[in-house]
Amino acid sequence: MKTKKSWIQQWVFVGPALLFFTLIVVIPFLMSIYYSFTEWNGVAAEVKWTGLDNFKAIIFDDKDFHRSFWFTVRFSVAEIIFTNLLGFLLALLLTQHLKTRNVLRTVFFMPNVIGGLLLGFIWQFVFVKGFATLGELTNIGFFQLPWLGDEPTAFWGIVIVSVWQGAGYLMVIYIAGLANVPKELIEAARIDGATRWDMLKSVTIPLIMPSVTVCLFLTISWAFKMFDLNLSLTKGGPFGATESVAMNIYQEAFRNNRYGLGTAKALLFFIIVALITIVQVSITKKREVEV
Amino acid sequence: MENTRSYNGRTLLLEIVGIIVALLFLVPFYFVIVNSMKNFAEIVANTANLPSSFYLDNYTKVWKIMNYPKAFTNSLLITVFANIGLVIISSMAAYRLVRSPSKFNNLLFAAFVAAMVIPFQSIMIPLVKVADKAGLMDSIPGLVICYFGFGVSLNLFLYHGFIKSIPREIEESATVDGSSPYGVFWRIIFPLLKPMTVTIILLNTLWIWNDYLLPSLVLTSPGHRTIPLSTFSFFGQYTKQWDLALAGLVLGVIPVVLFFLALQRHIIEGITAGSVKG
Repeated sequence: MKTKKSWIQQWVFVGPALLFFTLIVVIPFLMSIYYSFTEWNGVAAEVKWTGLDNFKAIIFDDKDFHRSFWFTVRFSVAEIIFTNLLGFLLALLLTQHLKTRNVLRTVFFMPNVIGGLLLGFIWQFVFVKGFATLGELTNIGFFQLPWLGDEPTAFWGIVIVSVWQGAGYLMVIYIAGLANVPKELIEAARIDGATRWDMLKSVTIPLIMPSVTVCLFLTISWAFKMFDLNLSLTKGGPFGATESVAMNIYQEAFRNNRYGLGTAKALLFFIIVALITIVQVSITKKREVEV
Repeated sequence: MENTRSYNGRTLLLEIVGIIVALLFLVPFYFVIVNSMKNFAEIVANTANLPSSFYLDNYTKVWKIMNYPKAFTNSLLITVFANIGLVIISSMAAYRLVRSPSKFNNLLFAAFVAAMVIPFQSIMIPLVKVADKAGLMDSIPGLVICYFGFGVSLNLFLYHGFIKSIPREIEESATVDGSSPYGVFWRIIFPLLKPMTVTIILLNTLWIWNDYLLPSLVLTSPGHRTIPLSTFSFFGQYTKQWDLALAGLVLGVIPVVLFFLALQRHIIEGITAGSVKG
């Protein structure tokens, strides 16, 4: 009787979560592994098993995928560095006793509440019309560049927007980390004659490593999965120069109707993202120190 | 780090730097809002200036073209129901997984957590097929069910960490008093979870309200469009008509910005709580 009751409880409590998780995540994930070994157009009832052909084609022949992968890597490196740098600097600034502290936090965080899609459109206007006007008014070369029009500026355009969006979020996490640094340690370092830079390097940064772990994890996964911003800002252009991997997978499956090839790309993508995040978390975790 | 010291020249300087950076941060919003109230000729002539008159025709036109009330209602329904469902299923499951740590349950928890690493793009292709077979395509309840599946991992993970910190004794005394496990959960545990529930609802709301890719795959008919979907199709159609496109953009952004400004303190605290544990 008791075991039966406990069995019912198990399924009442866990059943619904497990059901939806299985239906929406587990089954599609397993199917994507299967389809990645097939040639399937998404419609046909007949699915032709092709073994490793898709993977071979992606690794050796698919120029578009290589280009989108290389773009994603370069974009990720720039986004991870600049977003963390700006987020950390903003956090340092806003842990000072500023009178406008709360207003500033709200302002810096704001871009995060708007979805990437709408932010992309907002910036499309800023790049195309706003910067051009500023260029005419000020004659500053930066504003007169062909923003979004050619490869390097389109690349940096996307980086600027994603840093602008992400920095406020990281700022919040870094502020939380900075708030946990004990005041006594700072005092002690100051008495020992440490300069501000010494304190930052030897006291503050080692003590906020847990925040660094989280922020790196977030920026890596944002950068690799970028889709909305890419779609609304440049649509991958000019001539595919800013097409992210996420977008390439989407195009392959839903535009070219090559679902088998698309799922194979998606699976490779998953493995790469998983490996990178595991390596990153284990490296930065090691550098965390207990207070 | 100068927290203990009084307001001095250095703080003033930093304050000024902060304000300047904040103004730079707001420039994109300035451009969009100001130009959404100009006619096309004026946008082209003076992009940087304030509008010459308070011109709202763009908004009344866009309101109709975007079918704004419909899109807003769709987004609201999806966000509300996905939130309710996610809170119920993930809090219940997390409670059971914490309090009955059998081998199976530990494995289950590991599976939920591991799934957080899977990028959406890796499963979206077969998901469309599964959703089609399960009758979830082009239906708002269907999309809500998809959100149950995608949100449950993170939500369960956050509840799991929170429930672990709740002492068991409270429940034991209730059980001795004859309360059923369901009664214990709903009357004692669930109210205690409130701070985490608030965090989870805020995080889910920002995510679901702004999501574009999943709704674009699941919802196909124009009557089912959410705010991001309707802004996207609107923008695509009116790319070169900046006057209308910008008004549409402002209408798309307003609900979530108001939501944020009303709850900003909780949202920022929620992010902190969610990320430090996650």
